[in-house]
Amino acid sequence: MVSFLIRRFLLSCIILLVVANLLFLMLHMIPGDPTVVALGPRSTPEMREAFRHMMGLDRPLLEQMGLFLLRLAKGDLGTDVWSGRPVLSMILDVLPLTAMLAIASFLWAVLLGIVLGCVAVMQHGKWADWLIGLISIAFVAVPSFVVALYALLVFAVALHWLPAIGAGGDDFTSQLKALVLPSFTIGLGWVGYVSRLVRAAMIEAMGEDYVRTLRAYGVNERRIVFSYALKQALLSVVSVLAIGFGTLLSGSVFAEIVFSRPGLGKLTYDAVISRNFPVVMGTVLVTSALYLVCMVLADIISAVLDPRVRSAL
Amino acid sequence: MVDATLHKPKEIREPGVVTLSLRVIGQILSTPLGAIGMVIVALILFVTLLAPHLAPYNPLAISVKDRLAGPSFAHWLGTDQLGRDLLSRVLVGTRTAMSVAFSALFLSLAAAVPLGLIAGYGPRLLDSLMILIFDSFSSLPMIMLGLATVVLLGPGSGTVVLVIVLYCVPSYARLVRSQTLSLKERDFIKAQQAMDAGIARILFIHLLPNVIGPLLILACLDISTIITLEAGLSFLGLGVKPQIPSWGNILSDGFAVIRNSPVPVIAGGVPLILATIGFTFLGEALRDALDPRLKREKLA
Repeated sequence: MVSFLIRRFLLSCIILLVVANLLFLMLHMIPGDPTVVALGPRSTPEMREAFRHMMGLDRPLLEQMGLFLLRLAKGDLGTDVWSGRPVLSMILDVLPLTAMLAIASFLWAVLLGIVLGCVAVMQHGKWADWLIGLISIAFVAVPSFVVALYALLVFAVALHWLPAIGAGGDDFTSQLKALVLPSFTIGLGWVGYVSRLVRAAMIEAMGEDYVRTLRAYGVNERRIVFSYALKQALLSVVSVLAIGFGTLLSGSVFAEIVFSRPGLGKLTYDAVISRNFPVVMGTVLVTSALYLVCMVLADIISAVLDPRVRSAL
Repeated sequence: MVDATLHKPKEIREPGVVTLSLRVIGQILSTPLGAIGMVIVALILFVTLLAPHLAPYNPLAISVKDRLAGPSFAHWLGTDQLGRDLLSRVLVGTRTAMSVAFSALFLSLAAAVPLGLIAGYGPRLLDSLMILIFDSFSSLPMIMLGLATVVLLGPGSGTVVLVIVLYCVPSYARLVRSQTLSLKERDFIKAQQAMDAGIARILFIHLLPNVIGPLLILACLDISTIITLEAGLSFLGLGVKPQIPSWGNILSDGFAVIRNSPVPVIAGGVPLILATIGFTFLGEALRDALDPRLKREKLA
């Protein structure tokens, strides 16, 4: 178990290294002056010179990469080329907002998804099961930014029920209000995912020997569904949540842009628009690091929850 | 002699391609999911082929005095902020979405198949190295990968296609690799090796036909993600050029005027929703019809 986790951790570190190097090499693979590529035509010669020095572009390639990785290891992600602020602190400023959004989206989506999945299992083969299946696939398929636009149109522009922009003020109620539409947008696809997953896992569990044994002992069917089969289903939800972190983040980029909500996605987007390569590179690195952390966490959680997984490691 | 004994049982076992495809189509149409998907996709392909003839106006023609008009007999879906006919833009936008999606898909398959075959059939070290690179790309959230590529290459159709290829190739190549790995231990490949067949012959004549089925199912399931990615990047102003009619561009223009008129956003969103749902339904039905095992693997 411990050696497995160490292996996973090392592999994650290596993947992160490769990602960092790929990003760095991309700058060089593109024809033309990398400083112009990264900063755009609006940049001044002084800015380009500063960027060249910051990225070490005036030295041999291998030395550049070494220096770059060394800085990364120290937690230095470079500085914003326009404002001169350290990229890391910019990211840390908005990270809690995106995290809050992600957690809120997950919470309602997972709860509703589990409920729908359970209903589908109990109505297995009937029209309710079929309908939930159809809706679930549709929820997964619909692009989240279209959901965001329609939600904005209906609830903010037409009905004025909820705020259209921002992350709310200092008080909790306004923050909560600002969270409703974005988290609805991101979570909708997850409702579909989770309900399909729960349904499939529970149906599989219902066919297992231990469920047959429980039935033979005369255990109440409802109890079998909710306390035995559901437990199995939750395990698969945990593992998929981690894998879906990337999808969630893509969703949050659009939600943050449509609702002008500060966060990691909006930070990246603004940096792309203003051709601010260090910031883009920093956010990309941080998100892929977060993704890898989630993967390892999912492994740990499923090992803790499931003795079979634990003994297999 | 050897050839005759190898081919004879094959002919008896396998029905023709036409019979097989008809059977699959019948199976897809027999489920409600597949039937809905098939109808929507057929409609989209119809519009894609005939878009310029179906569009009532030139989708680029600007008419400022008609701007932001609601639906009417003259303009069924109304007009956008420059007075361009939205129905025409939506119809021609279908062609944009499909041409980006299918060219990107084709390029991804063309790149992923050889990469996957090499990883699966080649030396262990090369395999591990390639898997590491595939995993690194997969660990980047799709949209982040897209944004990083756009900041370096600048927006445009070519960049969108590249982003989609970068997103698709790792997962397709992994699938080809794992199929190759399990197939290369099978007897029919061992027999080819014993007969001293060339690597190219083994890879492309014997392995490839067995790999292509699951790959096409995966690709079909991905079409709606690809359409979303293209529309999403265009919506952010980072995809196809702003004047080109595309669903993402219509949404982007509509978002800017959402407080003045809801029509452009609604007109741009509905075809996108229909297309993603249609292709997903069809993909799911196709998978269930062709390969029930893949469903398990994907869930696991």
